Amino acid sequence: MGLLSKKDSKLILDPLSDDNPITIQVLGICSALAITAQLKPSIVMAVSVIFVLGIGNVVISLMRNIIPSKIRIIVQLIVVATLVIIVDLILKAFAYELSKELSVFIGLIITNCIIMGRFEAFALGNGPWRSFLDGVGNALGYGVILVIVGFFRELLGSGTLFGFKILGDSVEKTGLYAIGYENNGFMVLPPMALIVVGIIIWIQRSRNKALIEEL
Amino acid sequence: MEHLELFFKSIFVDNMVFAYFLGMCSYLAVSKKVSTAVGLGAAVIFVLTVTVPLNWLLDQYILQRGALSWLGAEYADYDLSFLSFILFIATIATMVQLVEIIVEKFSPSLYNSLGIFLPLIAVNCAILGGSLFMQSREIETVALALNYGFSSGIGWFLAIVAIAAIREKIRYSNVPAPLRGLGITFIITGLMAIGFMSFGGMLTGGDAEEVSAPIAEVSLPIPAATPELDPSAVQATEVLEVEVSDITEK
Repeated sequence: MGLLSKKDSKLILDPLSDDNPITIQVLGICSALAITAQLKPSIVMAVSVIFVLGIGNVVISLMRNIIPSKIRIIVQLIVVATLVIIVDLILKAFAYELSKELSVFIGLIITNCIIMGRFEAFALGNGPWRSFLDGVGNALGYGVILVIVGFFRELLGSGTLFGFKILGDSVEKTGLYAIGYENNGFMVLPPMALIVVGIIIWIQRSRNKALIEEL
Repeated sequence: MEHLELFFKSIFVDNMVFAYFLGMCSYLAVSKKVSTAVGLGAAVIFVLTVTVPLNWLLDQYILQRGALSWLGAEYADYDLSFLSFILFIATIATMVQLVEIIVEKFSPSLYNSLGIFLPLIAVNCAILGGSLFMQSREIETVALALNYGFSSGIGWFLAIVAIAAIREKIRYSNVPAPLRGLGITFIITGLMAIGFMSFGGMLTGGDAEEVSAPIAEVSLPIPAATPELDPSAVQATEVLEVEVSDITEK
């Protein structure tokens, strides 16, 4: 990678697996679970968070020397809120149906702990370019989990991906349904999101023993 | 009647944690011990009770389309609702700061037990979520908004105290190593959420099952929400029963 030094590319790659914001740092779970019943909202959510965290990290990093430390939480909240309003208005303008579907969860990006966590832990102490990479990396790590969960929940729950019936038609009994396959309606209900994430954590930690928690 | 219905609905059917996953970060991070969980839960009840009605007033008299008509006829067309995120979060951050100062001044003992949790709360999604749901569900009066804030707070309190109690017990169980800690907490929460889904029929008389999936029209047949008698699920119901009786005593 000519553009990125080794240290910089680590900033992007680490959060994708061994330092994943959701499964390891336990941040940003709130919005991650509620919108993953289908793949499309999951991807939109991931892209929104990449945008907000990437830009927000740069802004905070540029202002890091002039923010009084006592009121930094409020400053950070205002920066995020502004960016989220931009995302919300863009979605309302170009994808109204989708923004209705995501309802309050776009607004809840403001209190997504990943964002505050990265501001506090990284942007306040590092330059703009590195903060940008860190922001994008962490948001990507968040997005990856969202897409995995969304993929399995939509595939197993409704037999579709992006709304296309890829397993055949459940009413006319074509494709897999012809041999007796049934959709697992449970997968689209909220509790299954938690259990799917639990299983992802399980798989990840059995592959990398260093991540196992002590008692 | 309306109040009673909203009260039970917000605690059980639309539980912040189990139906909408709000406030999960602190729910997972601060649920290792029951005593700290009680502290954080109480602080969340308190802040939700204060901020939801306050944001209702802001929404009603400043943000909504036509809300500014009390200023004069020429303002009747203004629609400032795109500002609601920024105004709500500012209210919450300010209130949290204010509450912290007031509690410190008048009740140092309460401050010592809540103190460290209060700043955490400004970024708890359950708080902002409460205000945003209040806005999107168009709650009608300020009293209902107060009720909504208080009862969602209780729902969150119940959830975090229940999971903390289970986590204290599960330390003595033989959990597969990779699941230890975070993983098993997720799965237990999932089971508890399945248990809470059975409250869905509570307000409809039970004949029409109401499932509160936050998005997506669920057109599939809804499986009866009776989790297998898993030990942890049984434990969850036991803990919940204890908690409910605690609350009613208060």
